[in-house]
Amino acid sequence: MSEKQVVRRGESAEELQTLLPRVDVFENKDGILLLADMPGVPKDKLELRVENDTLLIEGEIAPDTPENMEAVYAEVHLSRYRRAFSLSSELDTSRIDAQLRDGVLNLRIPKQAHAQPRKIEVKVA
Amino acid sequence: MYESLFNFPGGLLAEFERLQQELQQEFANLGRPGSIRALASGAFPTINVGSTPGTIEVYAFAPGLDPATLDIQIDHGLLSISGERSSAEPQDNGSLSVYANERFSGRFKRTVNLSKDADPDKVEAHYRNGVLHIKVARQESAQPKRITIQ
Repeated sequence: MSEKQVVRRGESAEELQTLLPRVDVFENKDGILLLADMPGVPKDKLELRVENDTLLIEGEIAPDTPENMEAVYAEVHLSRYRRAFSLSSELDTSRIDAQLRDGVLNLRIPKQAHAQPRKIEVKVA
Repeated sequence: MYESLFNFPGGLLAEFERLQQELQQEFANLGRPGSIRALASGAFPTINVGSTPGTIEVYAFAPGLDPATLDIQIDHGLLSISGERSSAEPQDNGSLSVYANERFSGRFKRTVNLSKDADPDKVEAHYRNGVLHIKVARQESAQPKRITIQ
C-alpha cells in the first residue's frame, strides 16, 4: 500500500516539472476553439493526443541558445509544456483541426453533426 | 445556471491543480536574484537573459505577434520591447461562451537592464516560434584579450 503511494507521488512530481500553457477556450454552436500560448515550440516538438475523452497537449521548447551561454536571469525555467483537458462526448475528436503559428496553438474541436442544435418543428396533429 | 460556476475546462479539480502549479512556478523564483524591473505573475512577455563572452542574449517569450508591430529600443543601456497583442476572442453572434481567458491581450512593455559593455550599434533581433531573440554584442574593448609577452 505504502509502496503504491510512493510511486504515485513520484509520478505527480514529474508532472509538475512542466510549464502550464496559458489558454483561451471559446465555444460557439459549431464547436470549441482552444488557443494555447506555447512560445518556443516548433511544429515537430508538439504532441497532441486524445485518450478516453482527455485531450493532452504537450510541447518542448527547442533550444536556440549559443553553446557557451550562461543564464543570467530567467523567468522561464522549464522547457516542456503540458496541459490536459477533459472533453465531453458531443465533441468530435476525430475531426480536430490543429495549427501552430508563432508559438500559438490553435485547436478547433467540432461538435458531432448530430449534437449541433437543430430547430425542432412542432407538428400540428 | 449554477452549473456554469463549475464549468472550468477540465473541471474544478483541474483548476485547483492549475493554481497550485502556477504558485509552484512562482515560488521557483524565490531565492534567485530578481531584476528590479521584473513584473509580477502573468507578465507578458516572459524574459530570459543569457550571457556569452561576446554577446548578451535576450529571449522574450512573446507568442502570436506580428514582428513588424514590435518596437525594440536601446536607450542608456536599457533594452525595451513594446507592442500590442489583440484579443483572440471570436465575434460574438449570440452563441459564444468563454470558458477560459488566460492569454494576455493589450499593450505591453518590458525593459531589460543590459550590462555596461553592451554595444547598442550591434543588435540583431529574430522572431521564431513565438520567441523574440535579441542578440546584443559586447563592445570589443570589453572582451577578454590574451596578452602576449614580448
